[in-house]
Amino acid sequence: MSRSRSDRAEKLLELADDELVLGWRNSEWTGIAPYLEEDVAFSSIAQNEIGHARALYELAAAELGTTADELALGREPEEYRCAPLVELRQLEWARTIARHFLYETADAVRIEALKESSDPEIAGLAAKVDREEVYHRIHADMWLDRLQASAEGLRRLREAVSELWPYALGVLDEELRPEWVERIRGRLRFDLPEGRPVTRAEHTDDLRELWEEMTMVRRSAPGANW
Amino acid sequence: MSDPRSPRASEVWAALSEIPDPEIPVISLVELGGEPDVRVISDDSWSSDKITPEGREKLRAAGLAPPAPREASAPTLVQLQSAVFRCPYCGSKHTKLENIFGPTPCRSVRYCASCRQPFEQFKTI
Repeated sequence: MSRSRSDRAEKLLELADDELVLGWRNSEWTGIAPYLEEDVAFSSIAQNEIGHARALYELAAAELGTTADELALGREPEEYRCAPLVELRQLEWARTIARHFLYETADAVRIEALKESSDPEIAGLAAKVDREEVYHRIHADMWLDRLQASAEGLRRLREAVSELWPYALGVLDEELRPEWVERIRGRLRFDLPEGRPVTRAEHTDDLRELWEEMTMVRRSAPGANW
Repeated sequence: MSDPRSPRASEVWAALSEIPDPEIPVISLVELGGEPDVRVISDDSWSSDKITPEGREKLRAAGLAPPAPREASAPTLVQLQSAVFRCPYCGSKHTKLENIFGPTPCRSVRYCASCRQPFEQFKTI
């Protein structure tokens, strides 16, 4: 399947896998977030991301002659095209907010580019998705300001950003990355860390673990209709 | 498929007008501005502006503030925090944002300082 895949399908899978895997990670706060409002917020964001993944998989599936479910849950872990940033399991608030901000900012740059696509299906879906993503960005921005307003918040955010930086660099390709870096620089009250991108060609052990959980039910009944 | 003049389409529309939205039963799918095709996600044709005036009034009467009209640019935090959103209970604009995400992804939670009532505000999507 991967040999003859078009660039279009490849890009759609990158996006869809990012949204699916991050949706799963965000949903891990359901029931245990620091307070109820954030429990609800991350659950809603997770639900949106998985909805976006579904729509993206459907576009890719139509081209690849398969189904959205097959793409989402029927591949081996090493076949996923997500950025390692979204794979990391991190139930720690500053890291969660740091990833949320770094990812949503990258997603905004990517969606802006896709809205200009000459492919009407992709441009249309990007515009649609963006109307929900704007609320994710507002939420991330609000939290970024909140953390940066106190010395402890700033210190913890800075540590989290340093740790995640190489992964965050791997979300966008070289063409879009500089725009993302400038937007991040404009928002953070500290200097950007150094680092080399951890790209989509690599995967973390966290993905394997997530995959086991995410595909467990489907693997328990091969060939079943859901 | 969506030509409302053909008998078949009109039957579909009539049936849809009786189907409540699963999350907000006070409003029907037609009032929500939907089409006889539930798989609408992959295009940009639906927005919260498509909710009909009847649908908006029913939402408000149920204590759910209807969405503000879409603007050329995307909403910002400053806008959401501004006091232009009207309380569905008392009509006051003296309301503030409590949380961007409410009981479902499409609703925010606001608080009315005039009648001291929290309420759900539909997002502009």
